[in-house]
Amino acid sequence: MSNLSRPVHTAPTFARSVWLVSNREITARLRSKSFLIATGILLLISVASVVVGSLLSQNTSLTKVAVVGTAISVVEQTAAFDIVESDTVKEAEALVRDGTVDAAVVPSGSADSLLGITVIGLDSAPSDVLGTLSVSPDVEILEPASQDGFLAYLVAIGFGIIFLMSATTFGATIAQSVVEEKQTRIVEILMSTISVRALLAGKVLGNSLMAFGQIVAIGLLVSVGLAVTGQRVLLADVGPAIVWFAVFFAFGFVLLASLYAATASMVSRQEDVGSATSPVLFLVMVPYFLVIFFNDNPLVLAIMSYVPFSAPVGMPVRIFLGQAEWWEPALSLIVLVLSTMVVILIGSRIYSNALLRMGARVSLRDALHK
Amino acid sequence: MLDIRGVTRSYGTREVLSDVSFTVGDGRMTGFVGANGAGKTTTMRIILGVLSPDTGTVLIDGVPVTASDRRRFGYMPEERGLYPKMKVAEQLVYLARLHGLVPASARRNTADLLERLGLTERAGDTVESLSLGNQQRAQIAAALVHDPEFLVLDEPFSGLDPLAVEVVMSVLASYAARGAPVLFSSHQLDIVERLCDDLVIIADGEIRANGSREALREQHSSPRFEIRTQGDTGWIRSQPGITVIDFDGDFAVFEAETDAASQAVLQHAITLGAVHSFSQQRPTLATIFKEVIA
Repeated sequence: MSNLSRPVHTAPTFARSVWLVSNREITARLRSKSFLIATGILLLISVASVVVGSLLSQNTSLTKVAVVGTAISVVEQTAAFDIVESDTVKEAEALVRDGTVDAAVVPSGSADSLLGITVIGLDSAPSDVLGTLSVSPDVEILEPASQDGFLAYLVAIGFGIIFLMSATTFGATIAQSVVEEKQTRIVEILMSTISVRALLAGKVLGNSLMAFGQIVAIGLLVSVGLAVTGQRVLLADVGPAIVWFAVFFAFGFVLLASLYAATASMVSRQEDVGSATSPVLFLVMVPYFLVIFFNDNPLVLAIMSYVPFSAPVGMPVRIFLGQAEWWEPALSLIVLVLSTMVVILIGSRIYSNALLRMGARVSLRDALHK
Repeated sequence: MLDIRGVTRSYGTREVLSDVSFTVGDGRMTGFVGANGAGKTTTMRIILGVLSPDTGTVLIDGVPVTASDRRRFGYMPEERGLYPKMKVAEQLVYLARLHGLVPASARRNTADLLERLGLTERAGDTVESLSLGNQQRAQIAAALVHDPEFLVLDEPFSGLDPLAVEVVMSVLASYAARGAPVLFSSHQLDIVERLCDDLVIIADGEIRANGSREALREQHSSPRFEIRTQGDTGWIRSQPGITVIDFDGDFAVFEAETDAASQAVLQHAITLGAVHSFSQQRPTLATIFKEVIA
């Protein structure tokens, strides 16, 4: 073959092959309209939930009260009212009657009044004004809940939904792309060119990067949304949980993606993808439902936060609730990473054994034993 | 030189290849012929490393093939397939890069091949939008885009119109002319006959015949001759050692017991007048094939 012009075949390394495959996956995703639309909707929902939340929680406006004379010193201390100064009690009463103010605060007529003021309402005792102006005893709470129960519920469901949506969207995507290669038979060309492991790794990496990118985008949008709508207090509480969620999601998704790829490789037609991957879908749904029903049960949350499939939801929720010791996320992450590695090994075995078998669904036993 | 040595492969208890050995020489177009299910595709998959043999090896110039060697192979699987939603040119560049080409040469090769196969105008179209014939051309381009040093093509001509067959034949021939071993299977025996230098015939997982096309023809040719002369050929019947098979005025087909007997017929014919043609009948590939796999 002396006269055959030899092109430069710089035999690509494993890493290079993986990179090429993952690049193709990403490009294919970015070109798919359905993917772009789905992502757009997910981002929109995240922003909308922050905005709606802020509208619901905002104190719309301060209660207006008319104040007469010396009463003003008492009212100003609370800084909780929109004050309209009046010269006389009569004038203040008129303001209450015509609805300009919700209540009037005037100096008390009787000498034994404790606060030295009288509150005038229109047709009932103005409870918010009374609440603010009344004197309460000192309160001491022994075990303060670090988060308000309803807020905790919302945050837990938020993590649950985002995990569920991202994992199922990208899981289905990777499953379809595995079967597409099998169904169109291009897999035979690919297998004759690069190793099956490089192919699997590239597909998992590409889709995981996309899923992770989506999670980071959602996290950033929610954080910015919280900051812009003035919910900085909430942001400070949720922030660390969001960061941990992203980290856990990154590894958790790699685990799920390997499972999706392996189970999908056992069938040859797109119509069969759904039934083949349904066990994995079940694994994804479990943390979602657990977190909805048991977000106030520390024991269930603690177990969830260590089981690899539910840790991406369980651990961030516990971090948000302040239930996790500082070392717990790290330990759970180690468990997750180790189990991800085991799943990748098993998954790539199934994948490479099942890939060339066309036609009927390959049984799990065959796929594992060749 | 590509050397397939003692390859055996079973699916479960069914043996599909038993002790398959043959070589594909440098610059030789080698036709791989066999009935459906004879083991052609399995053999090719094993050569490409897509399947592993139970026993036996595949060697390049005497050295077992490694995974990185296989990047220098061009492979066209029997089951065609490219990404339906990917653009033709992009897809070819991608495959070339998977084979280790740098982006610049991947793009250059893609453009060259599309030009040669008449697909330049379709470069930006998705594969699924191409006609079947053009998809087939794109498939051939996919096998060649990385300038392979070995070609293994499973049924490269099936589904091609006659014009495309010519184009593909010339492309393959140019690879062989540059010294690449080319192994291709086909059911269209007439194409194999025109194109191949060497021939490998497989049946039931066993190699039944193997060698250069001419040598095989020689082996399977009968001592049968054709002659066409100016005058009547009836006199041939009375020649010693000759049996006339067919006779029609100035044309005759006869079998000779020895070479000398056939030459004697020719010499006598020349003395009688002009001889327009005299030749030994050569079996067609189809005839050889039927004989060998019977």
